[in-house]
Amino acid sequence: MTPLKERLVQLEVLRYNPDTDTEAHFQRYEVMCQEEWVVLDALNKIKADIDPTLNYRWSCHMAVCGSCGMMINGEPKLSCHAFLRSYEGVIRVEPLAHFPIERDLVTAPDDFMEKLKRVKPYVIPKEEKPISEGEYKQTPAQLMKFRQYSMCINCMLCYAACPQYGLTPSFIGPAALTLAHRYNLDSRDGGRKERMEVVATKEGVWECTFVGACSEVCPAHVDPASALQQLKIVGSIDWIVEHLIPGGKS
Amino acid sequence: MRSISTDVVIIGAGGAGLRAAIALAEADPKLRIALVSKVYPMRSHTCAAEGGAAGVIKPDDSFDLHFDDTVGGGDWLSDQDCVEYFIHEAPKELLQLEHWGCPWNREADGSVAVRPFGGMKKKRTWFAADKSGFHILHTLFQTSLQFPSITRHDEFYALDLLVDDGRCQGVTALEMRSGELHQFHARAVIIAGGGAGRMFPFSTNGAIKTGDGMAMAYRAGAPLKDMEFVQYHPTGLPNTGSLLTEACRGEGGILVNKHGRRYLQDYGMGPETPVGQPQLKTMELGPRDRVSQAYWHELQKGNTVTTQWGECVLLDMRHLGEKKINERLPLVRELAEAYLGVDIVKDAVPIRPVVHYMMGGISTNTKAATPLPGLFAAGECACVSLNGANRLGSNSLVELLVFGRRAALSAIEHVQGAPTPNAAALNACAEQTQSRIDDLMSRTDGTESMSGLRREMMDTMEKNVGIYRSEEGLQEGVNKIHELRQRYQRVRLTDKSSVFNTDLFQLLELGSMLDCAEAVTVGALARKESRGAHQRLDYVERDDKNFLCHTMVYHQGLDVPRVDYLDVVITKSPPGVRDYSGDHK
Repeated sequence: MTPLKERLVQLEVLRYNPDTDTEAHFQRYEVMCQEEWVVLDALNKIKADIDPTLNYRWSCHMAVCGSCGMMINGEPKLSCHAFLRSYEGVIRVEPLAHFPIERDLVTAPDDFMEKLKRVKPYVIPKEEKPISEGEYKQTPAQLMKFRQYSMCINCMLCYAACPQYGLTPSFIGPAALTLAHRYNLDSRDGGRKERMEVVATKEGVWECTFVGACSEVCPAHVDPASALQQLKIVGSIDWIVEHLIPGGKS
Repeated sequence: MRSISTDVVIIGAGGAGLRAAIALAEADPKLRIALVSKVYPMRSHTCAAEGGAAGVIKPDDSFDLHFDDTVGGGDWLSDQDCVEYFIHEAPKELLQLEHWGCPWNREADGSVAVRPFGGMKKKRTWFAADKSGFHILHTLFQTSLQFPSITRHDEFYALDLLVDDGRCQGVTALEMRSGELHQFHARAVIIAGGGAGRMFPFSTNGAIKTGDGMAMAYRAGAPLKDMEFVQYHPTGLPNTGSLLTEACRGEGGILVNKHGRRYLQDYGMGPETPVGQPQLKTMELGPRDRVSQAYWHELQKGNTVTTQWGECVLLDMRHLGEKKINERLPLVRELAEAYLGVDIVKDAVPIRPVVHYMMGGISTNTKAATPLPGLFAAGECACVSLNGANRLGSNSLVELLVFGRRAALSAIEHVQGAPTPNAAALNACAEQTQSRIDDLMSRTDGTESMSGLRREMMDTMEKNVGIYRSEEGLQEGVNKIHELRQRYQRVRLTDKSSVFNTDLFQLLELGSMLDCAEAVTVGALARKESRGAHQRLDYVERDDKNFLCHTMVYHQGLDVPRVDYLDVVITKSPPGVRDYSGDHK
């Protein structure tokens, strides 16, 4: 059996240490990698063998924990899912765009965490039911209405890709809005009105200009762009019912 | 150093930690809860669990059957009072998650669907496609956001438990962003820190699974129990070690060797069942220990397939068809395609056993209490003795729910009777952590390479403490890990920065892993029998006369740990024969 092919890979990695640096700079590394490796494997080899001071987050190495998002050649990617075979020449690795840098490739996700909480991403029950009465019935068709939107791994690549979030940081943004939509669509939930008060606002869906970059970079195929467009329609209908139909209530 | 005063501190914000936090918040909204985790909650490794969670719900199933499967699957090392409690709580917890919005797969009538799993006599595994752990974790995390009494301390690396007056009353933790040490004073502490699979080089475990919670309790005097029982999952990708869920076989996938033979029939799990018609509790639905051990025998016989990633057997799912694969196993298809270049719809995928789960952990009783008053533990870091010598797939996701909640209830009971912490005594205790960190940061004479020591530890564990073990290999393992623990005292810290210093955190994690690794090797050497996941080439039989007992390992500083034993609780099922012949006697 042929051994695995190796290749010398060059990476240009953004370095920043607030303890010692006044500004960020790039550092070049050369590291021997297996052809089938991902960028994260290359970083791990650098960390173990060349430079223990390089910092980044990672854990699962299977694109589900959402820790290792970074900009790779300018695109937001999970580094555990960015295959070296897709890149030629020097690979440029930077922290996720639109978030403040803590150190090197580590960014501060505080803003995202706060927004996630604001959209109330949990079931607000339509009807209370004790556990002893068993499950809420939900048909496969009802499940399919929201399942795709429940796949978000909170990796924040969509925030790094979203030009609107870059321009207007108060924008609640793709992942959080999509999760609001996910719960709105759940047959067990009765919290749509509460959520729409947060979501159908200037900071919510109406800030989205439908660039669609969020869906292009999503590693979990969630398609936040479609969720946001659906939310706009729901928000518009609510407005029409409330304002234009006599006696109407949303 | 900053001080934070709270009522209950939880270390770890994965499935068990979040479940505990919610249970505390629901039980008493006035309780102050500090949830401390070295990662943001949704990064916790619960997210990587795929197949599902077991709980009796269907009319053809019964608690007795779930009991028998679990106790037999654990080769009679489970405490039967614990199993009894667990099986009754399991469906309630899974329903609770359903009420919180977990997107469980459904039957046409809207009831929850169940799938077959290894070692289970009935279909009882609730699932959300093959992303069950991911959905459980996110459902819990998102649900937790509505409780104002839960204060999260994300990316705080917990270091040492604070013990005064014989009671656990808090913990020290480094804020990773600032490097500042914090001490949390509390009246009860729950550890939910996950497993320690990263002590092995080939593992399904994420980078964060370094046994910090286990080691913290162990250093504070709580014993680690049954650490020698390390589960190999039979089907990992041969290059990355990524898990291909047991549901691959539950849905009908088959394992074949290089001759195309379904070799499990040669290891007490036959006769062969028709392809595409999986039968419960036999052949590919045998328990994980037996299926992984069969691979080892095939390897010795030269029946494995040689690939560029080493020796493998083949997991063939082609007969399931694209539709079923996309509906039930979408993640498996993506993983095999992305990391191995194999489309499971078109080709069999090479796989080999991979370290997956620690049956052992911090010794707890059925109330999730450790022997150290005030300290509770749940999830993989704990050994409540549900899983015995071999955990059945889909019992662990339920375990972290059942015992996460149980730990919370026990903590509340404890808090009610606990005196106010003696702040001065705890401060003095926390100062010791501060000195330890200061010493590390100012150390200039470090001679040992951290990545070098880590590599030696991993190689030792793989070579000497694998699927089959021997006296000679285990003795070598014990000696080597002991040596590495001494050399660790001279390990070099290169990065002295205060901000997000992963060199420092990896160094501390290595210390945790070495402590856990020593408990594994010492326990394995002392257990002169073969039971479940602990197989000895020199003691091939189970020995109920001498070893129907739990191994208890006590930390002794830099010396070799002390080993003691504790009786297994047997209530109604005396040790018997594990039968995976599918009722064909």
